[in-house]
Amino acid sequence: MSTDTSFITRSHEENWLPVLELAVEEVFEIMLGCRVKPVAQSEHKPNGEYTAMIGLAGALCGILTVCCSAKTAGHIAKKMLGDTATSAEEVGDALGEICNMIAGNFKNKLAGTDERCMLSVPTVISGEEYSFHSMADGNSVETVLLFEDAPVAVRLQLQS
Amino acid sequence: MDKIRALIVDDSSVMRKIVERSLRQAGVEIEKVLEASNGAEALAALRDNTVDLILCDINMPVMDGLEFVREAAKLESAKGVPIVMITTEGSESHVVQALTAGARGYIRKPFTPDQVKEHVLPVLGKKP
Repeated sequence: MSTDTSFITRSHEENWLPVLELAVEEVFEIMLGCRVKPVAQSEHKPNGEYTAMIGLAGALCGILTVCCSAKTAGHIAKKMLGDTATSAEEVGDALGEICNMIAGNFKNKLAGTDERCMLSVPTVISGEEYSFHSMADGNSVETVLLFEDAPVAVRLQLQS
Repeated sequence: MDKIRALIVDDSSVMRKIVERSLRQAGVEIEKVLEASNGAEALAALRDNTVDLILCDINMPVMDGLEFVREAAKLESAKGVPIVMITTEGSESHVVQALTAGARGYIRKPFTPDQVKEHVLPVLGKKP
């Protein structure tokens, strides 16, 4: 792939959903020791009490978000830290790192993408009283996975 | 194995804890862990302390990991201290840049304790 445009084309032509789901599954299995599996989005919609986001720039341009309830974010942090007590700051930090690793793992799986795509440092929003307006207005790939029976939504939105 | 002093550089405090835990799980005996949340803090820590091992992320605010490795090479207190990168950046160009700058190892996130063992023990002169 020689131009940035080709990645936009690829995002339309290739099915990136299984790649994203595999990236998520690997991160949860390796870092939390948990198997997660995709479920129907219509039946499992997480509330957005915690949203971690990371920007992608370069050949692949857009934003990846991980969204879950506060309770689920707390469980994720405890799993990562080995069931030690976690502060609110650590809960956000842990979800941000999960988002970071999913984004990195995803782009590393796309041939030719990892060399020319940079990641921002993660940002985490807690609370539901906000509106999210991404400038990434192109193709999007979204999945919902169950972590300890609670839904976690992962969405990659690309800039057209 | 003698106890070592390690410097862990990552903007995530959770990840610093996980890296320290993984080091211990790899069988590394630790005398002291110093922490820094970016390259600039890590350089400051190296001016006041001596360490035996540095584990460093790449994507960090203020000063990223690659710049830190280049700057650390200029510090007398960091001469000969092995640096192992632990990062989500998995591209060959990042690996080459890190190793060219002076890093001795490269671990991609997500990582297992076995990967830490495999990459860290050799730079400490031990068999994994």
